[in-house]
Amino acid sequence: MTLQLVLIAAAALFCVGLYGALSQQVVVMVMMGLELMLNGVILAAAAFWWFLAPTPDGQVLLLVVIAAMTVEMAMGFAVATLLHRSRGSDMTDSATDLSG
Amino acid sequence: MLSTIVFSVLAVIALASGIAVFRVDSMARATYALAVSFVAVGALLLMFDLDYIGVITILMMVMEMAIMAIYMIMFMGMNPALMPMSMVHNKRWSAILAVGTFLLLAGGALLVPWPARSGSPATDLTASLGEAIMGSKMLVMLTVSPILFATIVAALVLANPRGRYDRWGDDLQRARPDDPQQGGLGK
Repeated sequence: MTLQLVLIAAAALFCVGLYGALSQQVVVMVMMGLELMLNGVILAAAAFWWFLAPTPDGQVLLLVVIAAMTVEMAMGFAVATLLHRSRGSDMTDSATDLSG
Repeated sequence: MLSTIVFSVLAVIALASGIAVFRVDSMARATYALAVSFVAVGALLLMFDLDYIGVITILMMVMEMAIMAIYMIMFMGMNPALMPMSMVHNKRWSAILAVGTFLLLAGGALLVPWPARSGSPATDLTASLGEAIMGSKMLVMLTVSPILFATIVAALVLANPRGRYDRWGDDLQRARPDDPQQGGLGK
């Protein structure tokens, strides 16, 4: 197991999530894509921590990423609820009011 | 050698279930697939001796996926496990962007001359994390805490069907709201 191998796996996870976040229409599925991207970030951060500098700083960074996931999930669910209530739909295509 | 095999198996599980999230034909299965991906990454964290972070990743994500499944059933108004669905847009450009990003990141991972490891992990990693949080990295946690609190408030405000101060809405001529519980601005 090398740093490069872990980083490639993390990059693959990140890019699968990126594909999902860009291609899905349902808000909750877009959130799943974002979660998968953060999953890749967590793996990469853990690999950097383990292979380069195994100090507590890296663990704190991981905690911050996990906190970011929590915030993303909570706000995503709240926005999905609001969207569903106001538009009767949970599709991103029905919430394009701010698009150019 | 053994660690490489275990890593490869877990990485393949994480990736395959990650791909399955967007391939399976029901949202419930997608949720379970994402949970499996997170569990595999949590197990990978355990391989790096990150016991505390690995375990909270697994516990938090399994719970989150359970909540996500409930949301899907709520919003879709049907049994998502029985209802095939394909709701995508811009599939081709999304795939091109994702593959391009992967090539960029993988190229960087392989070409960058990474420095050698400096230092060695503490004997008790969880204790060292706790000391860092309560010591030199306390500012980080002091910043994260109000952000999490603000998130709770903001999420409740957004998800609340009618807040304390908008009982009348924009229309001042609207009829008095029929509140199930008296005592608000609608009396």
